Amino acid sequence: MSEKINMVNMKINGMEISVPENYTILEAARENGIDIPTLCYLKDVSKTGACRMCIVEIKGARALQASCVYPVSEGLEVLTNTKKVRDQRRVTLELLLSDHDRKCLSCPRNQKCELQALADDLGVENIPFEGEMNTYDIDEVSASIVRDNNKCVLCRRCVNMCKNVQTVSVIDTMERGFRTKVGSAFDMSLADTACVNCGQCIISCPTGALREKNNTKEVWNAIADDSKVVIVQTAPAVRAALGEEFGYPMGTAVTGKMAAALRRLGFDKVFDTDTGADLTIMEEANELVERIKNGGKLPMITSCSPGWVKFCEHNFPDFLDNLSSCKSPHEMFGAIIKSYYAEKHGIDPKSIFMVSVMPCVAKKFEAGRPEMECGGLRDVDAVISTRELADMIKEAGIMFSKLPDEEFDQPFERASGAGVIFGATGGVMEAALRTAADTLGGKSVEEIEYHGVRGVEGIKEATVNMGGMDVKVAVAHGLGNARKLLENIRDGKADYHFIEIMACPGGCVNGGGQPIVASKDKMDKDLRVERAKAIYSEDRASGIRKSHENPDMVTLYNEYLEKPGSHRAHELLHTTYTSRGLF
Amino acid sequence: MAIPFKGTKEQEEQLKAVIAAHKGEKGATIPVLHEAQDIYGYLPIEVQKMIAEGLGVSLAEVYGIVTFYTQFSLNPKGEHPIGVCLGTACYVKGSGDILEKLKDILKIDVGECTDDGKFSLDATRCIGACGLAPVMTIGDDVHGRLTVDQVEGIVKQYS
Amino acid sequence: MKSLEELKSIREKMFDLVDMRNDDSENTNSDYKYQVLVCGGTGCTSSGSMTLISEFEKLIEKNGLGDKVKLVKTGCFGLCALGPVVIVYPEGAFYSMVKAEDVHEIVEQHLMGGKVVTRLLYEESVHAGTDEIKSLNEIDFYKKQHRVALRNCGVINPENIEEYIARDGYAALGKVLKEMTPQQVIDTISASGLRGRGGAGFPTGTKWQFAANSKGDIKYVCCNADEGDPGAFMDRSILEGDPHAVLEAMTIAGYAIGACRGYIYIRAEYPIAVERLKIAIKQAREYGMLGKDIFGSGFDFDIDIRLGAGAFVCGEETALMTSIEGHRGEPRPRPPFPAVKGLFGVPTILNNVETYANVPGIILKGAEWFASTGTEKSKGTKVFALGGKIHNTGLVEVPMGTTMREIIEDIGGGIPNGKKFKAAQTGGPSGGCIPAELIDTPIDYDSLTAIGSMMGSGGLIVMDEDNCMVDIAKFFLEFTVDESCGKCTPCRIGTKRLLEILTKITEGKGTMEDLDRLEELANAIKAGSLCGLGQTAPNPVLSTLKYFRHEYEAHIKDKTCPAHVCKGLLKFTIDPDKCRGCSLCAKQCPVGAISGQVKSPFKIDTDKCVKCGACMEKCPFKAISKQ
Repeated sequence: MSEKINMVNMKINGMEISVPENYTILEAARENGIDIPTLCYLKDVSKTGACRMCIVEIKGARALQASCVYPVSEGLEVLTNTKKVRDQRRVTLELLLSDHDRKCLSCPRNQKCELQALADDLGVENIPFEGEMNTYDIDEVSASIVRDNNKCVLCRRCVNMCKNVQTVSVIDTMERGFRTKVGSAFDMSLADTACVNCGQCIISCPTGALREKNNTKEVWNAIADDSKVVIVQTAPAVRAALGEEFGYPMGTAVTGKMAAALRRLGFDKVFDTDTGADLTIMEEANELVERIKNGGKLPMITSCSPGWVKFCEHNFPDFLDNLSSCKSPHEMFGAIIKSYYAEKHGIDPKSIFMVSVMPCVAKKFEAGRPEMECGGLRDVDAVISTRELADMIKEAGIMFSKLPDEEFDQPFERASGAGVIFGATGGVMEAALRTAADTLGGKSVEEIEYHGVRGVEGIKEATVNMGGMDVKVAVAHGLGNARKLLENIRDGKADYHFIEIMACPGGCVNGGGQPIVASKDKMDKDLRVERAKAIYSEDRASGIRKSHENPDMVTLYNEYLEKPGSHRAHELLHTTYTSRGLF
Repeated sequence: MAIPFKGTKEQEEQLKAVIAAHKGEKGATIPVLHEAQDIYGYLPIEVQKMIAEGLGVSLAEVYGIVTFYTQFSLNPKGEHPIGVCLGTACYVKGSGDILEKLKDILKIDVGECTDDGKFSLDATRCIGACGLAPVMTIGDDVHGRLTVDQVEGIVKQYS
Repeated sequence: MKSLEELKSIREKMFDLVDMRNDDSENTNSDYKYQVLVCGGTGCTSSGSMTLISEFEKLIEKNGLGDKVKLVKTGCFGLCALGPVVIVYPEGAFYSMVKAEDVHEIVEQHLMGGKVVTRLLYEESVHAGTDEIKSLNEIDFYKKQHRVALRNCGVINPENIEEYIARDGYAALGKVLKEMTPQQVIDTISASGLRGRGGAGFPTGTKWQFAANSKGDIKYVCCNADEGDPGAFMDRSILEGDPHAVLEAMTIAGYAIGACRGYIYIRAEYPIAVERLKIAIKQAREYGMLGKDIFGSGFDFDIDIRLGAGAFVCGEETALMTSIEGHRGEPRPRPPFPAVKGLFGVPTILNNVETYANVPGIILKGAEWFASTGTEKSKGTKVFALGGKIHNTGLVEVPMGTTMREIIEDIGGGIPNGKKFKAAQTGGPSGGCIPAELIDTPIDYDSLTAIGSMMGSGGLIVMDEDNCMVDIAKFFLEFTVDESCGKCTPCRIGTKRLLEILTKITEGKGTMEDLDRLEELANAIKAGSLCGLGQTAPNPVLSTLKYFRHEYEAHIKDKTCPAHVCKGLLKFTIDPDKCRGCSLCAKQCPVGAISGQVKSPFKIDTDKCVKCGACMEKCPFKAISKQ
């Protein structure tokens, strides 16, 4: 399918280069070792030429041109580093800063801010332009996302992400001129919109204008409270990215050090959400098999991604019956901790404070949903993101790189490889297939790697033969792809038995709560691929690779839950959904 | 202060017909907003929601469009909307003073409406009646070759 | 109508009627003895021409003149300052500032009695000291004009396609479709030297060629009628007076580039033009000039109207297209150029109204005819909207290369009230101010650019000694700050900062360093902005800085506004010799800044004074002055 792409010859700063004809000047420069500053550009997301940081001189052109949108052509001559260009960039940056809330010291993005880095790189010494600054109220109502327009530079990366990639479209550009701002219709709080809390806007933002709702204080307080048994669980994707906050290369799994750090932070028990994931697979695979066998509603769609679930509730209420009734892994795990585990260890479930460390900010909203409780107790009491965990580790003075590798706590120290791969797109599907194939076929299937559902292609399809039956599956990640997939089904253009949907492009490894990667680094590396590598290698290294073969699961069902889909399992591990309307 | 929405069933029917007529047409949002404003006189959230849902665009986008173009209004206009042309020809002939005078008489600022709902005041772009500069419009009437002294008398004709 | 013969027969049927309105015409073959032309342009409509029309209708009917007198509502005659204007043929009597109560006099005395109503004639239109009516072409206002784009404005009824046909309308389209290849059309336009009349003056033929060269099954022809420059209204007048010319030209352009659909993007502030366009499109469809298989050639073309919604930036070509596509009218980077990837992502050309209005003439009379007018690099004529401190505000069309002096003094009749000419502003918010010493500059694209202004769409605002140039720069910056779309940084924040510095200066708080900063920032905005709006927004500042730096310095160093405009620098004083101590001023003062004893001179406390000028207005003895 790939058409042959021609090369063109051009000059950058006098250097003769040859690049593919579909490149922009920015791409051509970067590939040839020339860094051009950018702000509004975000690979695959935002390409508007608006911020004017990446301007360059082009021979024969009147005005300076934005290199992020300027296509290369044969004979093009570009200068990226002249006095005119440098001065212009600096003035533009000074103008931006003249309307920016420059309280960097108290900003969550201090030292991780692209604007700050630019100011440093371009040698801004003072802001010569005084004048009116726009001031805005901070929107802190949402359970997941805080929007502080005082720090917005109007790069619109968040808008393009929300609107074009995720098709959630609850923020957009409003007003015009100096009053231009990013916001929701009629200045509503995000909490009052159809925002799904995926947090992709946060990881798109170059500054501190978008951030997660910080819940570390509650966690610190719980740890300090002697009457509380504070239990933490960490999602699979967290270990694949946490290291980046401490200088490890992208794609390094830091599972052991993470467990050690959590213990040193003062958590009483450190568990792995992967166990919850195994539990989810036990229930979900069973639900799938039941639906297939008994003519239940198909396709069945996964429900582990709370961003996707809320998206479905707002935009596809006609698909709510297709959603698996399974709670997401950390909620299931929380429910088991406060019931089975508490009972077994003689702990008053009321004294348990359950903390989830998630790559996700939608989990914060999810944990607050009224359905996510059992017997009046919240399944999960606080959710913090990977970033918040890193902040806690730093605040506690723990030298991460010097930590030993430690194990998770008993009795849930084991999880299957199937539980780990939940963190990457296609992972839930693959994990479910491993179990369902055995169930449907009535024997242990040896071929357990389903490569057809791996990778970063937006919509993946596969047909899997299980016990003589062709099961058609699809995987979508990123809500724009999910929308496309569901519309195809609605229009009768596609038909499946089982679908995995993850709200975030690439799945949880690229969740809205993960360490923020600067747009520059995103040009060089696909973090979805790099972080997924860490996850798949952990799966391969794992002795148990199917959820139903995890001995902890076997014990749990034998001792407590009886069998997947049992009455008790339903009480603790399943949930319901509500249609929420478009607005 | 939010003014309660007083849309009628007839207006809603009209708007639905407009949306249906434009459905599927490329670039329909702005023409629909124009017609919706003709129907309701302004574009409150209730109207924008109907348009967003009807045309399959997000409410945020509709609102973004409405707040971009000055002709679209989130607030109802007065019974007699007054516009003072601030085009160059009018400006150099003193329309700025006319505007000040109106603010003074009506005790409202640009973009506002008098308490009794009678007059609203806008500074408009060049309406092209440069030959009559300075010019103000009240509803569909154009008053040209104005002097500051005349303003009060003209406004009185409408109250 | 499917053939040229049919077109010809309509032309013949209508010819005598319309030819009578030709100023030098001796044609008496018309069925009517008199034709009464009433201007129905926005200017005259604003001053009441619609009541004149109904008054005429009433009296014509009452007096049974229906078969003798033809009443025609036309487009703009150009002399808006004298509106409403009525012209009666065959004499060509030019009645100005006609009131409703004057109509019966014209009907009874002129139309029934055969005697021109001298008292209502525009004084310039009669030979001095006599009652003898001048030909329109002899009136100073029209003498130096050369009407190409405006040729039908004020002559035909724009709501009647047959009157347009009588003036060779749609003959150019017929010629193109029947006798020319698309490439020949483009070659003719290129050879004519026609350049875009909307701003930057890009060669029209080149633009068409680019779009013709772009591959694509679907292409679009767009017309920019979003005339946003304050003080420019030629496009509106053309659409009001001769809408078919634009439709015909767009159809020709469609044939040339291989498009079969057009959009006219027009300001919603122009209700009359919109209405006439709608009527024209409807009639053109009825007569087969739009639609399928035009003139039986197999070529299809149709046009839709899109209303702007109040955003100046939509005059910028990419913003205009974004707006037609249904979004916030924000510009997008070029390349890709619209000729390659324009409206809805396909090859598109965009020309403005006046550019199109020139096209039919070029096709019919040839490229050489068109190129014989104008200067070396700027061919043809240009329409200007004269406004501001000038006698004859209105619309004029002159050959390119006419000097500013000719336009202002000869055509415009000079500055009223014996004031001194200070500067002319061209190009609106994108242009600059041309000082008195450059009044002999011939006006064409290149010479205007060379002196730091630009042609723009052709607004020409005249300023006299009472206008402060810093205030004017500030006025334009206020405009651009309001109208900046907010997409790119330099324009969004830069223009705001420019305005803040200018405001500081007009308030007497500026420093000489501010002048340097002003210039530096202005140049940065020019170089770094995304679109034409930002790239030209600093021009009013830069050109006034260049030619009127002394005024800036007076504001900064001497804390005075030489033109007595900037309120912050004004000082109101009472001349004790003239003051009779009537106390009226003290009663008027809203802040109690005036005090004194009745019957002895009053005084103004300058610290308290808010410079509203109320006292000065009320003083019966003219004892109060501002400095």
